[in-house]
Amino acid sequence: MSIERRSMFSRFTVAMPFLWLAAFFLLPFLIVLKISLSDDAVAQPPYAPVFNFGEGWAALREKLSMLDFENYSFVLGDWLYVYSYMQSLTLAAVATALLIVVGYPVAYAIARSPRGLRPILLLLVILPFFTSFLIRVYAWIGILSREGLLNQMLLSLGAISQPMEILATNAAVVIGMVYSYFPFMVLPLYAALEKMDDTLLEAAADLGATPSQAFWRVTVPVSAPGIVAGALLCFIPAVGEFVIPDLLGGSETQMIGRTVWNEFAVNRSWSVASALAVLILLVLLVPILIYQRMQLRDLERR
Amino acid sequence: MEMAASKTQKPQSVRRKFEPWADPAAEPLIRFENVVKRYGDVVAIDGVSLDIYEREFFALLGPSGCGKTTLMRMLAGFEEASEGKVVLAGSDLSGVPPYRRPVNMMFQSYALFPHMSVADNIAFGLKQERMPRDEIAARVDEMLKLVNLRGFEKRKPHQLSGGQRQRVALARSLAKRPKVLLLDEPMAALDKKLREQTQFELMDLQQRIGTTFIIVTHDQEEAMTVADRIAVMDHGKLIQVATPAEIYEQPNSRYVAEFVGDVNIIEAAVTRVTTSDTTLQADMLDAELRLTQRTDAKTGDRVAVALRPEKIRIAKEPLSEVHANCAQGVVYDIAYLGDLSIYHVHLDNGFVLKAAKTNLSRQIEPPIDWDDRVNLSWTPDAGVLLKS
Repeated sequence: MSIERRSMFSRFTVAMPFLWLAAFFLLPFLIVLKISLSDDAVAQPPYAPVFNFGEGWAALREKLSMLDFENYSFVLGDWLYVYSYMQSLTLAAVATALLIVVGYPVAYAIARSPRGLRPILLLLVILPFFTSFLIRVYAWIGILSREGLLNQMLLSLGAISQPMEILATNAAVVIGMVYSYFPFMVLPLYAALEKMDDTLLEAAADLGATPSQAFWRVTVPVSAPGIVAGALLCFIPAVGEFVIPDLLGGSETQMIGRTVWNEFAVNRSWSVASALAVLILLVLLVPILIYQRMQLRDLERR
Repeated sequence: MEMAASKTQKPQSVRRKFEPWADPAAEPLIRFENVVKRYGDVVAIDGVSLDIYEREFFALLGPSGCGKTTLMRMLAGFEEASEGKVVLAGSDLSGVPPYRRPVNMMFQSYALFPHMSVADNIAFGLKQERMPRDEIAARVDEMLKLVNLRGFEKRKPHQLSGGQRQRVALARSLAKRPKVLLLDEPMAALDKKLREQTQFELMDLQQRIGTTFIIVTHDQEEAMTVADRIAVMDHGKLIQVATPAEIYEQPNSRYVAEFVGDVNIIEAAVTRVTTSDTTLQADMLDAELRLTQRTDAKTGDRVAVALRPEKIRIAKEPLSEVHANCAQGVVYDIAYLGDLSIYHVHLDNGFVLKAAKTNLSRQIEPPIDWDDRVNLSWTPDAGVLLKS
């Protein structure tokens, strides 16, 4: 086999992910970007201008000049939209922080369990995924509602005298997100903890660290890449989450996913909805870039 | 360690008279008293009693699974004895967790903290002690100087070579000035040249700082190079504890003789015992075997004699009038090692003896070749009568 043919093949394999991303990410993104720069119109589709590449250069240039950033200044000028972004980021951050607190001990316990038991425990973490996401979120309504399982249990235990109002609050949204994203936090944490060399803990103990000191000075920093990976895997989709706030949230819940949906379906303003979507992407670019950098550094270390 | 040949340094003699184990009044620093360690039904350490003295460089030598690492880990506190006790500087260590023992360990894998710089790795134990900042900085600098790693303090472990990592591990384990430093196969990951160099530097270092070193190794050359005394272990038991020279020249058992160095084991029956020497009749030798060694064995007892290959003289010329300690045969294998050659000699009665000869001349043509008929002989003090 000639070197040239092999290099053609390797070029093709390298090009594949790029082609994939171009077809299913870049192209749709450019369409959304274009719509976000358009104006609403009572038409089909409901925005203008609509490009038609058969019309020739002059028409195309004229239509290009119709594009502007009007929708962006509208969105950023309206407190309601900005508030929606802030709330999305806040709720996602709270959920992510709780996920670290809940997920770390679970991942740690699995990584410390006997080798033969680990695949089973990991399977149990992933098992809920075998059921539809929607059904699982619906199930939380049954748990969190006024007459739900949680209130009934706490009432019968005498922990509370009045049923709590959890459903249709932001707390319910956070609970739903912590539940739904749990495996995304546990798996990267487990991967980081599992590959940690146990002799590091012995070395720490040998140098005078008690088990808890060794945990904070060695285990946690060594597993930091896993914490960051898990946090971003949860935080990024949580910011744009739509189903959970829609089903478990109440009137106070104005997460950006719901706002986009409102603009799109209720107001039929595709252009504003698109502008909101593009802005989410810009906001999330920051944590994505942090993640990229961390991964690069991890690769260098190897 | 990549130190240039010590031209600039004044060569210090490593030789010294140091044998506290021979002094009955000397108080040992470490004392293992009838220590037994069981894992379920498996006995890892089988009744070990051992004294190790201050400033001693002590080696635990044996094949993998002989219990040497377990014994060391008991001292570090990672394992507890099932029976017996481990005493350090007069105090019983049982129940004392690793982080409260004045003992530090250098791990075989080095176990450097990957998220910390070289300086932070070395300072780890000092920060744990809540030593003041400036003192930590001074101590870290001192340690870096000790292992020749100045200028590397900001590097992360993954940015270092294997030899440099080894030195960071050494510096980190010495930073707290432990009473005892434990070294678990410290040179296993180094290549041969670097390992030999490091062995000498380790000895030199131990001399300078005067800390008691205990090294675990399966490499007999390494143990013999660095240690004041060696404990040869097998199946959780101490077989012989002695100086390298005693271990090599006076092995107390077939196991030790065969584990340390190359040896011919000659089975024989005792024919005559006097106050100064022993005469035997070996199965493999036609001539008598005479040893200038007293023995408790009685006439007729079956024993084994260890005879090192380099103690055997090999020559083509016929021997002059000897009746004992000799054999004749044909060379059937030669291992040419450069400095010396090992000859495998097929004796006329079918047995094989190994003899070593230093290659004194620069001849390419071997003075003794394959299929040459040779005469072997040795002096009466060459062989050692083994107890078991």
